[in-house]
Amino acid sequence: MALAVGCRARPGKARDNKTGSWRVFKPFFDHEKCSQCGTCKTICPEGCISEDADGTFTPDYTYCKGCGLCATECPGEAIEMKQEEK
Amino acid sequence: MVDKDLELFDCGHRACGGCGAALAARLVLKGAGTNTIVVSATGCMEVFSTPYPETSWKVPWIHSLFENASAVASGVVASLKKQGRTEKVIVMGGDGATFDIGMLCISGAFERGHDFTYICYDNEAYMNTGIQRSGATPYDASTTTSPAGSCSFGNKLPKKDMPQILAAHGAPYVATASVAYPMDLMQKVEKAINTPGSCYVQIHAPCCTGWGFEGEQTVAIAKLAIETGLWVNFEMIDGKVAKVKKVVRKPVEEYLKTQKRFRHLFKPKRQDAEIAAIQAISDRNAEKYGIDIKLKKE
Amino acid sequence: MLELTEGSLAIADAVRLCRPQVIAAYPITPQTHIVEALADMVANGKLDADYITVESEFSALSACLGASAAGSRTYSATTSQGLALMFEVCFNVAGMRFPIVMSIANRALGAPLSIWNDQQDSISLRDSGWLQFYAEDNQEATDLHYIAFRVAEDNAVLLPAFVCFDGFILSHTYEPVEMLKQADVDKYLPTFAPKERLDAADPISFGMFSTPDYYLEFRYEIDKALKDAKSVIEKAGKEFAQQFGRDYSAMVEGYHLADAETVLVAMGSICGTTKDAIDEMRAEGKKVGLLKIRVFRPFPAQDLAKALSGAKRIAVLDKNISLGSKGALALEIKDALYGSDIPVYDYIIGLGGRDVRKKDIKEVVALAEKGTGDLFYGLKKEVL
Repeated sequence: MALAVGCRARPGKARDNKTGSWRVFKPFFDHEKCSQCGTCKTICPEGCISEDADGTFTPDYTYCKGCGLCATECPGEAIEMKQEEK
Repeated sequence: MVDKDLELFDCGHRACGGCGAALAARLVLKGAGTNTIVVSATGCMEVFSTPYPETSWKVPWIHSLFENASAVASGVVASLKKQGRTEKVIVMGGDGATFDIGMLCISGAFERGHDFTYICYDNEAYMNTGIQRSGATPYDASTTTSPAGSCSFGNKLPKKDMPQILAAHGAPYVATASVAYPMDLMQKVEKAINTPGSCYVQIHAPCCTGWGFEGEQTVAIAKLAIETGLWVNFEMIDGKVAKVKKVVRKPVEEYLKTQKRFRHLFKPKRQDAEIAAIQAISDRNAEKYGIDIKLKKE
Repeated sequence: MLELTEGSLAIADAVRLCRPQVIAAYPITPQTHIVEALADMVANGKLDADYITVESEFSALSACLGASAAGSRTYSATTSQGLALMFEVCFNVAGMRFPIVMSIANRALGAPLSIWNDQQDSISLRDSGWLQFYAEDNQEATDLHYIAFRVAEDNAVLLPAFVCFDGFILSHTYEPVEMLKQADVDKYLPTFAPKERLDAADPISFGMFSTPDYYLEFRYEIDKALKDAKSVIEKAGKEFAQQFGRDYSAMVEGYHLADAETVLVAMGSICGTTKDAIDEMRAEGKKVGLLKIRVFRPFPAQDLAKALSGAKRIAVLDKNISLGSKGALALEIKDALYGSDIPVYDYIIGLGGRDVRKKDIKEVVALAEKGTGDLFYGLKKEVL
């Protein structure tokens, strides 16, 4: 890849950095308990949680760092942090 | 209208898990929209989002130096005006870049009244360089250059009142916000960018690494800051306080005990005088901004 | 059309003709007449630019950086302390490859504070990646602004440029200057249309940080672009000659060089005085010549070595000193001549505005002929 004049870049390559590898704990989403409030999606610092067709939410585990904010803030306690099996 | 489903901050950035600043960046961009140009100061947000060739910014973005973002933005705004273009210009700077090293440029830009919005993500210290004290560091917080020790309770100096300083420059809209209240944050950003002139939004962005708490607590701690009166969410229109978030105030201790940077106030010995001094800060904020919800007497 | 005008005003007019969209400048002696003239033009509708009255030189160049990134041709002017304050931004502008042009009314650097001329200020930024042009007289000072914009904005270069001219000596003196017409400048200098700019229609991140994996290569590219600018300067200079009759294609220029035994090397207005002194010395039969350096960055090592190859000795007039070492010109000339036997004598001269007269040039030549050099010329031993 040719060096960009002046150290510039167009967006896209950040996605090459798969921050999911940082995780120690993984959030497990219980869609039955989900009230579809969207809080998790709003407060994820990665912006990796997206809405499914049925209105519940799922993180993109390629990028989820396992910080646990979604689990802490979910008003319905529908997200549980569990240590990941490696 | 804020499109809260718009994602303009790409995954793959290198912020710590649970980072308040990363959350702030995402929310600010939702409030601002695609027709935005961002000028960033050197700092955590700039570093974790743009290691060449990876960039998380899906809007045009420029970083020059630590202290000159406001001056760079002044030039961008002037250029856009000359070209008849409509993009909104926002500056994103940490508290270090804003309160301290960038004072010259931010004062000049606001004095000239360029049509831009300055957004400060306030994590209350120079975090990117390893948690050193800034003009935004609260009283008694321990940082690496204002450490608590046998002869010190940490930062001896009060938090600089940037919102009032910029209101005094004649800024038509000044607001404080917090990652604790995302919708409020996004709406304030949208209001700021649509108010002609130099506007300022200061966002409380707790730093788990620097303050010493688990990343999952970022939003909860931001809420506690407001509930204990140590952070006030307010809006100033043309220099006058117009809207304030009111709370049933909790004692400051509930906020202080959640973070390692205040641990020295409790261990090895409880420092009543210091905690009282911090409570006094909260009381002054409450009086100045009228944040206390008056409970009806039975 | 030939006009008798103050150097600063001629330069301001040249800048006007280059159609900058954004100007950000902070006043500092002896550049003030330029920025005042430009403000006056804007106030009277003669110049369609956004003029930002910034709060410091640091902010001036930063604002220019932002304006350039957003797609505007932009300009500033400074000197001495102001340029020193811009130090950080200068490296930043070059590294980010923005073609900003800045006038430098060369002035000594404090301490001690001095408002008078020498070339320490711009020379101290020779590492920064900026092109550096030095003017001998007000005609050159004026013309070099058109050249500077043209070269800086060339896609093969994309680097900022200083146009340097001696403060007070050139900025504040009246000389006859040929001013160009707008239509002609528009033909010579096309509209600024950078391939990449801050634009919501095509989001780009400017000024990212570089890990050790890439930094060396980024710096190599700047160095290469600066060195390759030589051919761009040649082309731009030749086209200027075709359109306007004055040739700026060469980075160095000889005067009575062909059979010169002693060759003086210098930059800036001192060349004018030197030429007059050479005329007098030649009339007396002395074989003296001058090699004028018009472009200091990129340093014209090859052209210089070729031009000086016939000399018996070289006397360098350095209006600067790298404290603790030698004058910057002498050091680079010695490097260019490495391997040759020709002695190079360094004369630190004219610092802080001390007048250099024809007789001083003659005395320098005499010293060089005696083999005495590497000294502060005219040092007043009685005040030491």
